[in-house]
Amino acid sequence: MITKRIIPCLDVKNGRVVKGVNFLGLNDVSSPVELARYYSEHGADELVFYDITASAEGRALFTDILTEVARTIFIPLTVGGGINTVEDFERVLKCGADKVSVNSGAIRDPGLVAEAAKRYGDQCVVLSVDVKRLGGEFRVFAKGGREDTGMEAISWIRRCVDAGAGEVVVNSIDTDGVKQGFDLPMLKAVCDAVSVPVIASGGAGCIADFTTLFKTLPRVDAGLAASIFHFHEVDLGELKRELAGAGIPMRL
Amino acid sequence: MVAIIDYGVGNLFSLESSFAAIGEAVTVTADADVIRAADRILLPGVGAFGDAARKLRESGLDRVVLEQAAAGKPLLGICLGMQLLFERSYEYGEHEGLGLIPGEVRSIAEVIPKGLKIPHIGWNALHLRGEHPLFRYLREGDCVYFVHSFYGANCDASVIATAEYGAELTAAVARNNVYGCQFHPEKSGTVGLNILRAFCAL
Repeated sequence: MITKRIIPCLDVKNGRVVKGVNFLGLNDVSSPVELARYYSEHGADELVFYDITASAEGRALFTDILTEVARTIFIPLTVGGGINTVEDFERVLKCGADKVSVNSGAIRDPGLVAEAAKRYGDQCVVLSVDVKRLGGEFRVFAKGGREDTGMEAISWIRRCVDAGAGEVVVNSIDTDGVKQGFDLPMLKAVCDAVSVPVIASGGAGCIADFTTLFKTLPRVDAGLAASIFHFHEVDLGELKRELAGAGIPMRL
Repeated sequence: MVAIIDYGVGNLFSLESSFAAIGEAVTVTADADVIRAADRILLPGVGAFGDAARKLRESGLDRVVLEQAAAGKPLLGICLGMQLLFERSYEYGEHEGLGLIPGEVRSIAEVIPKGLKIPHIGWNALHLRGEHPLFRYLREGDCVYFVHSFYGANCDASVIATAEYGAELTAAVARNNVYGCQFHPEKSGTVGLNILRAFCAL
């Protein structure tokens, strides 16, 4: 049986890992390579690296670091941030990424998902969506959650999956950074709409939040979090042992 | 030295790095003489069977692989590289494989219940069949990382490990000096590195 995945996420800016609360107020946490090694040794099932650098220098630094990470650890790596073209896919895949996550790039160019899926396979293309409730519907936000696109989220996700996205990361802006649990109603709506793996992001504050996630929504494939792991509010190994103890399939 | 065969399919960076990580000399090569001089051969592969089989044949390296396998050199196919070891594949048509292991490649949709997601992607437990030197450092139930939509079928005599995904899927095969893993050892953490380590001790 396929195990549920626990995925630490590392936001990287100028070669360092940072994590914003509600996307604001960035704190420098640690070295991406050291954190990646630590997480890999402590049971992370996959790692996500988001490049939140805006400059060309920052981007070059990011690919150097990605190469170093891919040389050091041997679990699946997903890379996101600044992915706007198929050339961006190529750039990070060459550095050792296994999957590439697109967010604003897919909103700007709706053909990107299909083109990338055709060239690299569906399993390589991860759709990442920042979603917020607005006027009684789930709305897609762009630019790290700052800009309302006006698009309804569930139909957007379905459209991207039809185009070839092999996985969906659902990041709830409403619960992100709040640490009161994952956004279960939003995740349920996505799970009901698509048949590809769904990764829950935004809101985890403690071990019980992950247990509730997988018990309430058995169709969710993975839970993603950042600061609670970086600041060791939740120990990865302990989390996985407790989930396994609760009957959730885990790789231990 | 391990020769990773470069026939223009997929990214070999992680595979190369993983051998380096266990302290094995490794080279990524399309040079027949380098492959002949290596102690062990690794046949990688991602993508579609027909395309990969054609590229391997066009490169002429299919003959080198067959010749070296016949000479008794340890050969390990990974993912699509494992599927190429079989006699044929039914992935989008019918394609001829290397025929080193009796069996064929078929869609997992033919055997798993409807409603299960395809591809079979993620960490799944290995169920070992008997003891095999490739798995000397493993324990029953250790998890490895899979990404595939097709699987080795009608190859029961060669199966050395399976994974359960609504059905019992071929996870690894062995026949004499020829081995294959459907999963990715280079993405399977310590367990995966230990499989590569065991391969280097064969």
